[in-house]
Amino acid sequence: MSDLSSLYQEVILDHAKRPRNFHMIPDADHHANGYNPLCGDKVTIYLTLVDDRITDISFQGSGCAISTASASILTETLKGKTRAEAEAIFEAFHSLVTGQPVKSTGAPALGKLAVFSGVCEFPVRVKCASLAWHTLRSALEGSPTVASTE
Amino acid sequence: MATVREYVNAAIKEKLSEQGELQARTFDVRKIREDFPILKQKMHGKPLVYLDNAATSQKPQAVIDALLHYYTQYNANIHRGVYLLSERSTQAYEDARVKLQRFINAPDPREIIYVRGSTEGINLVAQTYGRQHLSVGDEILITAMEHHSNIVPWQMLCEEKGCLLRVGPINDRGELILGEFAKLINDRTRFVSVAHVSNALGTINPVKQIVEMAHAKGAVVLVDGAQAAPHLKIDVQALGCDFYAISGHKLFGPTGIGVLYGKAKLLESMPPYQGGGDMILSVTFEKTLYNHIPNKFEAGTPNIAAAIGWGAALDYLTRIGMENITSYEHALLTYATEAIGQIPGVRLIGTAREKAGVLSFMLEGIHPHDVGTVLDQEGIAVRTGHHCAQPVMERFGVPATVRASLAFYNTKQEINALAAGLEHVKGMFA
Repeated sequence: MSDLSSLYQEVILDHAKRPRNFHMIPDADHHANGYNPLCGDKVTIYLTLVDDRITDISFQGSGCAISTASASILTETLKGKTRAEAEAIFEAFHSLVTGQPVKSTGAPALGKLAVFSGVCEFPVRVKCASLAWHTLRSALEGSPTVASTE
Repeated sequence: MATVREYVNAAIKEKLSEQGELQARTFDVRKIREDFPILKQKMHGKPLVYLDNAATSQKPQAVIDALLHYYTQYNANIHRGVYLLSERSTQAYEDARVKLQRFINAPDPREIIYVRGSTEGINLVAQTYGRQHLSVGDEILITAMEHHSNIVPWQMLCEEKGCLLRVGPINDRGELILGEFAKLINDRTRFVSVAHVSNALGTINPVKQIVEMAHAKGAVVLVDGAQAAPHLKIDVQALGCDFYAISGHKLFGPTGIGVLYGKAKLLESMPPYQGGGDMILSVTFEKTLYNHIPNKFEAGTPNIAAAIGWGAALDYLTRIGMENITSYEHALLTYATEAIGQIPGVRLIGTAREKAGVLSFMLEGIHPHDVGTVLDQEGIAVRTGHHCAQPVMERFGVPATVRASLAFYNTKQEINALAAGLEHVKGMFA
């Protein structure tokens, strides 16, 4: 039986109430929209890349506590990372929230993202946690379609 | 020797009498709850508080038994066999059709078409009557509170035929603005399709009046009764509508069955929906003759078991009495509206003067999805999201709502549990 406190940890509740980097980047060279049709979560990720390094990253949108916190911590974690590092963290995060074993060698440190370890016990909420990440990937790829978790 | 009909009815009656007689005279919700085995279930170790009846209803033992009985005693394909089992199953299937006819006071059982659900019923009308009668420049009128199943088939038809889709607006209470709706009915309006009860808001529409207005301008009317039939006594003759769609699994029957009622004259003039077996009188490669109604619209082997199971549900409901159900639920909804509405931070969505079964709301600063997850842990099942009514969500400026929806086996204690659950949610996200 899953305990709610494993899902709604303090860090998550904090980021949900006071999301970091919650603004637009007007001259962002990359951005993408994400939408979770299951519950109506919407997120837009804005990126500025210089020589493949994320120099600025922010988000806008509305959604549940999990999706908001995920986007907020994502922006904190990825600022200053390279494209390749961001991809690697995406893979590790995805493994974490879907309850798969994270590769022990060469896997990036998840840092604060580890607070989402409880999400895998609430399968319905996995899509909430991963929406921002799928959207980020769209933004990095420069893909024109709206990202979703489907 | 007993006739086939007597055999089948006796078997079903035997099951019903154990439960039905007790409730025949008085509405005793505790006794009623004993008829629904799933209500003893737990979610996360807590007693189940099932408040998602608008999504699907729970089934009385009589329905579960009817399904079991069918598959163990007389499962056989209908309309085709000359052996006893086939006669029994055909009889039970057709008996259920008559029960449906009586349940909605339709004049003729031939006007009862079995479909997969109310969504299929609406699509059937759009694809047969709609394709046949509508052309470029014609108008189809719906309302702003419709479920996607009563929007998308008409959008598809409009795209195909070059028709115009008009939408009757709703006010901030979630009521249809009848004056504006009336203005939208003009000489080009060929079809009107409205919900009897809104699944997202609970609003009861003045269907009889809408039908009169539409008929005065020569337009045909379909009523989406998916959310109405479980709560209100339906009388299609009194309403005067041309088509009425009902969902089986929302009306305490199994999934995968529904009914489209249509006036015989209309159904007879419409082309068939799906082609195949049973909907024909004769087939050659030169010419095929279609069957009479209702069979013309029932191609292939139907969901026989579900129809028979649904018949058992209708017997059960008839014994309790729909009027008793309506009045019990009305009192419960009033209680729930008060109990939930007075919690600080709650914003009720859908406060029409005439409502049935549904309480939609927002909890300030907390996303419905988070509310639903916390309530789930308390054993409380509510729905969170757009409820297949995205235009309604947009009208009220919300991404989603929490929706508690009632049936006649819900209790005040369960509403109290919901209220306590919401206080718990508030505490967590404070």
